[in-house]
Amino acid sequence: MARRDFKVWRGKDESAGFQNYSTDVTEGMVVLDCVHQIQAESAPDLAARWNCKAGKCGSCSAEINGMPRLMCMTRMSDLPEDGPVTIEPMRAFPLIADLVSDVSWNYRVKERIAPFKPRKPDAPDGTWRMQQEDIDRVQEFRKCIECFLCQDVCHVLRDHHKHDEFIGPRFLVYAAALEMHPLDTADRIGSLKEEQGIGYCNITKCCTKVCPENITITDNAIIPLKERVADRFYDPIARLLRLFKKK
Amino acid sequence: MEVGPTTHYAMGGVRVDGDTQMSCVPGLFAAGECAAGLHGANRLGGNSLSDLLVFGKRAGEYASAFAKEHEHGTVDEAYVASLQRESLAPIDRGGGGDGENAYIVQKDLQDTMQDLVGIVRNSDDLQLALERIAALRARARAVVAPGNREYNPGWHTALDLHNLLAVSEAVTLAAQLRKESRGAHTRTDYPEKDAAFGKVNSVIRRADDGSLQVRHEQLVPLRDELSQVIEEVG
Repeated sequence: MARRDFKVWRGKDESAGFQNYSTDVTEGMVVLDCVHQIQAESAPDLAARWNCKAGKCGSCSAEINGMPRLMCMTRMSDLPEDGPVTIEPMRAFPLIADLVSDVSWNYRVKERIAPFKPRKPDAPDGTWRMQQEDIDRVQEFRKCIECFLCQDVCHVLRDHHKHDEFIGPRFLVYAAALEMHPLDTADRIGSLKEEQGIGYCNITKCCTKVCPENITITDNAIIPLKERVADRFYDPIARLLRLFKKK
Repeated sequence: MEVGPTTHYAMGGVRVDGDTQMSCVPGLFAAGECAAGLHGANRLGGNSLSDLLVFGKRAGEYASAFAKEHEHGTVDEAYVASLQRESLAPIDRGGGGDGENAYIVQKDLQDTMQDLVGIVRNSDDLQLALERIAALRARARAVVAPGNREYNPGWHTALDLHNLLAVSEAVTLAAQLRKESRGAHTRTDYPEKDAAFGKVNSVIRRADDGSLQVRHEQLVPLRDELSQVIEEVG
């Protein structure tokens, strides 16, 4: 057991800032355990969101030593011992209090994406036939737990505040899961280019790096969507053909 | 690595009518883990999903029918105000900061239940647990919650304590009075199944004086083919 120091973000207005705490850390503890211990011992009104403690609910997202991570999946033994551990709320969203940020913008964004629209069943019994590889392709995207760490780390949102013009990596993954679904017939390519700002992504892959579900966000979701946008709007031969078709 | 038993499901719960899922409080419906339902002395993996699909649907349908048939009740403003005062008491007391810490009371309750009302039980332990729960209840009345009402987990813990204590006491009382071993309830002083206890449910009610009263109520006998299945499975 060792006494460890923490700098935890407290407050919600101009007076908000880091406060120092310390607590005893035993083998196997994660950062969320330390936050709970700090609440019990010295800061009962420290606001923090959490639920499953197993990396599956996506509630306890925070920035630990400056890195967006789930508090419940960050082991104390993996953090450097030579200084305090800093814990802050996700910075890409408005602060509610202490470690809790308001992520409701994400819910509003999700509503703007065209929902799943399956084609007509192709078997007489009302079912569909799909190729296994088409199904496998989208499984990875369905692992998303909506922790919004990818949104938090994305510089387009975090630093440039393009919340009105860019939907962020999470919803590009969501759009990709729908676009690549073998039954889906809706068309999202135009809105991805126009209202949803896929062009803002310059594939720095920070989102892929922080994803606790290890979804290959940039390579498997965003880049294929960018290719679809480029095919439709920027392919010179297709443009030429469209020109003739119009006449 | 430490490995230990943990609670993952409560097998008792709000007593409801099997068809409508309504409790003895008119208009209050319960389904899923919070309701006492099918699982009696044991609960297997996956049961809760089918439980809440079936009984959640029933509860929803009957709640909707009930709402259509009944007018809004009247609200006793004085009672609401007293509940409000009671709920805010930990914050109102919390200004000075000197007082019982809700987290410590919760931890002591957890330790009591883990040590004395775990998987293997006996009369002395259960009696001791009841005494400790009574002492913890007195401490819970003095907890303080510094801060304000917004996102204050210390206050939430203080509010939770009353329910935690009520459920702990109900579990302990029911365990004390069930003088047999059955399913997940094991008594070292009564290691065998008792056929008479197999025919009753423990029903716990809060009496007017605030105490919890347990009575054993006869089960509706199972249909022959069902009791035969249970006989076969053992």
